[in-house]
Amino acid sequence: MKIRLQLLLFLALLLSIKLAEAQEIKTYNFNELEPIFHHQNDTTYVINFWAMWCKPCVEELPEFEDIRKDYSNQKVKVILISLDFGKNVTDRLTKFLERKDIHARVILLDDPDADSWIGKVDKNWDGALPATVIYKKDIREVFTRQISYDELAKSIDNLNKKMN
Amino acid sequence: MKKILILGLFVLATIGVNAQAYKVGDEAKDFKLKNVDGKHISLADYKDAKGFIVIFTCNHCPFSVAYEDRIIEIDKKYKSKGYPVIAINPNDPELYESDSFDNMIKRSKEKSFTFPYLIDETQEVFKRYGATKTPHVFILSNNSGKYTVEYIGAIDNNYKDASEVTSRYVDNAVDALLQNKKPEITSTKAIGCGIKTKG
Repeated sequence: MKIRLQLLLFLALLLSIKLAEAQEIKTYNFNELEPIFHHQNDTTYVINFWAMWCKPCVEELPEFEDIRKDYSNQKVKVILISLDFGKNVTDRLTKFLERKDIHARVILLDDPDADSWIGKVDKNWDGALPATVIYKKDIREVFTRQISYDELAKSIDNLNKKMN
Repeated sequence: MKKILILGLFVLATIGVNAQAYKVGDEAKDFKLKNVDGKHISLADYKDAKGFIVIFTCNHCPFSVAYEDRIIEIDKKYKSKGYPVIAINPNDPELYESDSFDNMIKRSKEKSFTFPYLIDETQEVFKRYGATKTPHVFILSNNSGKYTVEYIGAIDNNYKDASEVTSRYVDNAVDALLQNKKPEITSTKAIGCGIKTKG
């Protein structure tokens, strides 16, 4: 009986650690989100538009996660903007990210009037997923397709070189 | 050297694709694609059509699925007025099994599509039109077999909820064309699933 109780406590502890690890996913409309495309500081922002059902998006997620880890000692911020929608979307997203071991910050964009904001992200983006914006201050680069780790790294390194 | 050559070819290929993309006002070419009933369909088959609502769409993409009922409504509303919907699936089914021809047949039956649902087997048509995602709409007017691009973009301004739509871009454009006017809004940006192609 005592052992069982201990086991139960242990499991409860494990569960609470697991829950503490899971990030809380915030839902924004585009107006609330827009400032993250215009920060004027010395951080390089890597912002990716994706969705759970988008195969190339999911394929490239680990590349973003690796960038986040490998550049953690530099001023680089990776933000993943999910366009998922439907029932229990934040729960599904949380579980998905846990399963894929993705710890980059994820924001849910819920703003169905897409024509009103796609052009504000970048004039060269026409709304097809996936898409990635990499910027530091006023210099930015946009990839309107699947991107690799090497391309991400090169783009970040170039930005850092240009800005220094 | 080899790298530069490859890069050069890539740039050329990109320019090639962009140069082909239709803009509003361009003349659009006809196509001949296989429908879910096995027959091949061309715009020229529609002798009495005043124009067409060509929609690149597919099975796998949630944005497309969210619009299916609205596409059926648009076809029902405008086919009799001379603007039928022509739906085209541009994806390579090897990359998305749910977009295979068999699954297209299944989906069109399940949803009782009132419009043809064509497969772009060689993936040449979507490239020529410059479609980049699903759903992506091209409205064409028909002047005795001369097809002019009148509108490119989204169906309306709410991909999530049909009841929350406040701007019906496609309806408005076709209504204008039916009154022999140019649409007020000729292009919008649509959110969608990037079209899947191997090359």
